[in-house]
Amino acid sequence: MAKFRKNKGDRSLTINTSSLPDIVFMLLFFFMVATKMRDKELMVKTSLPTASEVERVEKKSWVNYILVGPPLNVERDGTAPRIQLDDKYGSVEEVGEFIVLKIHEQPEAIRDYLTTAIKADKTVRMGLITDIKQELRNANALKLLYSSLEGDVRDE
Amino acid sequence: MARKKRSIPEINAGSMADIAFLLLVFFLVTTQMDSSKGIRVRLPPKLELEQERTIQHKRDVLEVLVNANDQLLVENKITQINELTAITKKHLTNEGVLPNFASSSLKAIVSLQNDRGTHYNRYLQVYNELKRAYNEVREEYAQARFGKAYSALSASDKKTVDDKYPIKISEAEPTGFGEE
Repeated sequence: MAKFRKNKGDRSLTINTSSLPDIVFMLLFFFMVATKMRDKELMVKTSLPTASEVERVEKKSWVNYILVGPPLNVERDGTAPRIQLDDKYGSVEEVGEFIVLKIHEQPEAIRDYLTTAIKADKTVRMGLITDIKQELRNANALKLLYSSLEGDVRDE
Repeated sequence: MARKKRSIPEINAGSMADIAFLLLVFFLVTTQMDSSKGIRVRLPPKLELEQERTIQHKRDVLEVLVNANDQLLVENKITQINELTAITKKHLTNEGVLPNFASSSLKAIVSLQNDRGTHYNRYLQVYNELKRAYNEVREEYAQARFGKAYSALSASDKKTVDDKYPIKISEAEPTGFGEE
């Protein structure tokens, strides 16, 4: 009779959670592989503006980025907005050459489909942006995208 | 008989799930911030000669000016940003009714001029409102003509709608009053 213990009533209903760390790591590895790691270090602040009429980019590999914004490292680079092309700073004049180079890296068949994305910080003045657009026109890179976050502008 | 106590209870690993979800949500949120969305624009090609400015009838051009203080002037009247879409739609759908607005949707042009000191944020807001106006008139036309939403149309039907309301936003050289 002593063999029959009251154990069944005592046992609490816990799920065996020893496999949970495995799931965690699996998810972590999945995200490490699925999301692309940033290949260029961000040197400028790009706090994107919000717009409602945004479209999604179909092929990210067919987009060339021009980053514009105030530098993140103010002591080293100052406060004036700078243009970042790939992983170093560039001047307005260098934008044209940069884009032409990027276009020529792609096969001729898709050159007409390439888009240039301007990822500019909200506080950048239009003077700089207009100069960049002029360079793009000279380089015949007419497909442009103003990178922005999706949201309703009228709320502001 | 002192019964041996049960071994020390396992560490409650239930909170591991919370950590996992936290990490998951973190990654979901941060990768969403990827700049894969934006407003598409087609720049006009660089013309060899100074034939940039063709004469347009004043009524067909909706003049939008933005100064260095991010203030908006539409047809010489101070306008708030949330009024811009409505005015632009009125211009695009006018079809010659009101004398100050476009004679036809095909000839309607929006002329946008900034100052070099205008903030990019404001510029994009303005551009967004203009784009919204075009998208809305196109949507309304798609419904009226085909009874379907614009996105549900075939490519050729979309072209019909696009040709009826072509996006003609002409950007002039910015003024230099407020340049830093």
